[in-house]
Amino acid sequence: MGNERKIRVLVAKPGLDGHDRGAKVVARGLRDAGFEVIYTGLHQTPEQIVATAIQEDVDAIGLSSLAGAHEYLFPRVMELLKEKGADDIVVWGGGIIPEEDIPKLKAIGIKEIFLPGSKIEDTVEWVRANVKPKE
Amino acid sequence: MEDFIKKLREGDIRTAARLMRHIDDRTPGYRDKLKKLYPYTGNAYIIGITGVPGAGKSTLTDKLISEFLDRGEKVGVIAIDPSSPFSGGAILGDRIRMQSHCENPDVFIRSLATRGHLGGLSSSTTEIIDVMDAMGKTVVIVETVGVGQDEIEIVDTAHTTIVVVIPGMGDDIQAIKAGILEIADLFILNKADREGAAKTKRELQAMLDLSRNLYKDRKIPDIAETVALFNKGVKEAVDKIYEHKNYLIETGKFEEHNKKKRELMFLKLLHDDLQENILKTFYNKERDNLISQIRDKKLNPYEVVEEIMNEIDLEHFCKVHNG
Repeated sequence: MGNERKIRVLVAKPGLDGHDRGAKVVARGLRDAGFEVIYTGLHQTPEQIVATAIQEDVDAIGLSSLAGAHEYLFPRVMELLKEKGADDIVVWGGGIIPEEDIPKLKAIGIKEIFLPGSKIEDTVEWVRANVKPKE
Repeated sequence: MEDFIKKLREGDIRTAARLMRHIDDRTPGYRDKLKKLYPYTGNAYIIGITGVPGAGKSTLTDKLISEFLDRGEKVGVIAIDPSSPFSGGAILGDRIRMQSHCENPDVFIRSLATRGHLGGLSSSTTEIIDVMDAMGKTVVIVETVGVGQDEIEIVDTAHTTIVVVIPGMGDDIQAIKAGILEIADLFILNKADREGAAKTKRELQAMLDLSRNLYKDRKIPDIAETVALFNKGVKEAVDKIYEHKNYLIETGKFEEHNKKKRELMFLKLLHDDLQENILKTFYNKERDNLISQIRDKKLNPYEVVEEIMNEIDLEHFCKVHNG
């Protein structure tokens, strides 16, 4: 496997979504690209997501929301990361998110949003280009 | 005391997590940190959990964590999943079932990928156990990849190795290779509310009875029944774990296990470093060329090793150390 460091990513579902097929597809795509993906299942609170990200020392978090969690829970995650001194973790998002909300999310530090119809390869390439292992 | 050790023992999660990353990634300097950490290790009780995929290991681990916390233990968990041999990536999903504990400062859960290492663990597992140990975790649960005939590395690491089985394994239990029976200190029959549970338990017990000669100088494994999903039987299972622990301590096997671990660890470190350094010293830039010629059968490996050993001044080394 070489001495290249593995990138560790957390794929997280904050809030009350009942479906995680999309998140799982993204997780598999990232695995097939050589990343280590921690997936923590449905109904995670921002506190759980941040606690997990820190325990697992991930380089990036992918937040998935299908039902409006992006409005309140995404910013809450960003707040907690900052509070815990973990805001060097790269955060991106995806799911059902209105285009007009994207600027707000980017303003709080979410680096990219992938909307329905995005190709998995796009997410993979973006992660490869924007996420580096922690020093 | 070094700063990072102080932080670790104060329960600083970031410090612990970052250290585990450096160890897992083998980044420069990780050995030095392990060296400094060593005096603070050797206290935790290590439990291995292995069993076929779908046996409910992770759900069981979640309930075990709760029970151990109730008994005043601080718990570390290492959940290991396989890396894809093709992409090198992995999905680490065991902790899904344990997320109720993720904010409890007395619990530290870490997911690891095997990264090509065979045997059921990752090559960093014992070192990461040491970090959890030094942090003050009194019990460390290691959930291995699964169970196959070769995935028995857990035995050298864990004090108590648990093999989780489920009802309906019937013929599978008959066919289970000796390795699995031999490694278990305790069997947990999970999903014991399912059809066939009593039959599976009888068959397992029969296998154990037939194999009495395997257990001449060991305690014959108990079989605990649980329905982990509904938290049934977990208290009794943990009672049996403590029973095994007491057995090990009373018979001196606990101390013997720790001694053997220290010996194995030393030999492995020596082996790894010697191998790496000799190849570096003797072949440096030509290392790839050497390996390539061996792969192509252009060189005889016996001759190559002989040549290396002749070049190392072993006599001088011996004189220096034996006086």
